[in-house]
Amino acid sequence: MATRMLMVSILRWVVLALFALVCAFPFAWGAFTMFKSNDDLYTVGHVPFLYNSPPTLDNLKLLFGETAFGTFVLNSLEIGVIVVLLTLLASIPAAYAIARLTGRWGGHLAMLIFIIYLVPPTLLFLPLSRVVADLGLQDTIWSLVLVYPTLTAPFSTWLLVGFFRTIPRDIEEQAMVDGYSRVGAVVRTILPLALPGILTVVIFTFALTTNDFIYAVAFISTSSQMTVSAGVPTELIRGDVFFWQSLMAAAVLVAVPVALAYNLFLDRFVKGLALGGVKG
Amino acid sequence: MIGPPPSRGTQIVDESVHVHHLLDRDRVLGPVLLAPLLIYLAALVVVPLVTVFVYAFSDATTGSETFSFVGLETFKRTIADPVFQGAIRNTIVFTLISQVIVIVLATVLGFVMSADFKGKWLVRFLILLPWTTPVALSALAWLWMLDSLFSPFNWILGQLHVVPIGTPVAWLGETNLAVGSVVALQAWRTLPLAAVILMAGLTSIPPELDEQAQIDGAGFWRRLFDITFPLLAPIMMVAILFGIVATFTDMAVVYILTHGGPGDATQVLASWSFYTGIQGGSLAQGAAIGVFMFPVLLGVCILMLRRASGVEVT
Repeated sequence: MATRMLMVSILRWVVLALFALVCAFPFAWGAFTMFKSNDDLYTVGHVPFLYNSPPTLDNLKLLFGETAFGTFVLNSLEIGVIVVLLTLLASIPAAYAIARLTGRWGGHLAMLIFIIYLVPPTLLFLPLSRVVADLGLQDTIWSLVLVYPTLTAPFSTWLLVGFFRTIPRDIEEQAMVDGYSRVGAVVRTILPLALPGILTVVIFTFALTTNDFIYAVAFISTSSQMTVSAGVPTELIRGDVFFWQSLMAAAVLVAVPVALAYNLFLDRFVKGLALGGVKG
Repeated sequence: MIGPPPSRGTQIVDESVHVHHLLDRDRVLGPVLLAPLLIYLAALVVVPLVTVFVYAFSDATTGSETFSFVGLETFKRTIADPVFQGAIRNTIVFTLISQVIVIVLATVLGFVMSADFKGKWLVRFLILLPWTTPVALSALAWLWMLDSLFSPFNWILGQLHVVPIGTPVAWLGETNLAVGSVVALQAWRTLPLAAVILMAGLTSIPPELDEQAQIDGAGFWRRLFDITFPLLAPIMMVAILFGIVATFTDMAVVYILTHGGPGDATQVLASWSFYTGIQGGSLAQGAAIGVFMFPVLLGVCILMLRRASGVEVT
């Protein structure tokens, strides 16, 4: 029995190590590349798995000093923060209404909103680029602020409905008996209890806005207004000239913090999926 | 459904109190809370969705504000184009192959990840990377990893004498290798979410079921196939549908990794729609290409609805 347990444990580690290697390798390779000097990197015949010359920070200096990467990061952060706020403003009330106030209509509405989440940007970008142009928003970050809630609000609402349903009705009903209006009762009792769910929504909304590629390249062609997702692959590659070390630095510097944030909230996300996903 | 609260001080004729009373009615408050989201989604998802179909039957271009209807003309031109025919075939094939791979691997990964072990935090972080990183940036990392001159794989293959040392293997320049690369990247980036969804499914299976079956003498495989898999089926469906939508409608992978090439060998509906509609300036044709994604999306939605109504019954 003991040997069997040991075998299972070893097998699990082998499987996990293989998956981790496959999943992380492109980033590990990028992280290894970003400290290489040009001589080292671009000499055919060098063993690619070694630093043939001493590692250097020059590529990071190039990325932050001589490219618009810093601007892209700031744009992404600004868009992310505004879209998170808009998403919360739209989806918290809607999710509460679906969970508590709409009776059997709630289920249908949740499903409708979920289906809207399935309509892909690659189908909507053509008419939306016309809308953005008509509103005079093209080539500004505001075009993305306008459309990103279409990606984030349906999913956030769906996730929050699941969270609100886990909170007993008695809690806000007691506050209403105590004399608060329903809105007052919700703000004082339900929102604090739903804080884990709301934080999860914040993380995932933020990540969804940084993940978008098609809207960012379709609406914006001015370097100073670009996001990380669109700016790095389109602006940091000039014709045939790839500054590979700096490009990899950009990818790794974005990938690692986002994955850390997700990892922190993964258990809540899994719980949210189990609640929202199973119940529909 | 809760009735209106007992009227407090109806003699007060203050407008704001009146409004508060109105908002205390669930039938009023519900729609008021829902309105901002529903109006926004109607304006920026539903109306544009209809507009795509309108464009597809017109001669709209990015350059002009007006357009006229041309019936099926745009569709005829689109369908006759061999690049489009390749794109629709590629979209289906890439999605099918990558998602079959994902389902098999995600099931294994979901199982090993849902157990408790030391260092779980680090392993989870590494495994989440392909899903959490913006797709454009991870595609860039793959582009470098598959570089024809400096790919580490080329070096390894050279050392193993699979290919002569110093010969570039054009991972993205030969049709079969480029197709394989796109499929691999799609499977790689959709795997973690599928595994996470399956983990959610595994945690929602009551452990007593498994324990009872074990007491009754059912072996590991018997329990796996007769208890775990059937209970996992509904949420596995969710994972599959997410994966299908993500792969079927993606343009970033093809756009960054291969630009649709070599030739147009890896072009998909989404990328071809983008090249035609935005870079080529033909809104009408871009839309006509895009709407061919619609039947599959509709199918996915119907499956979702059916699954949801099935759950409601039980």
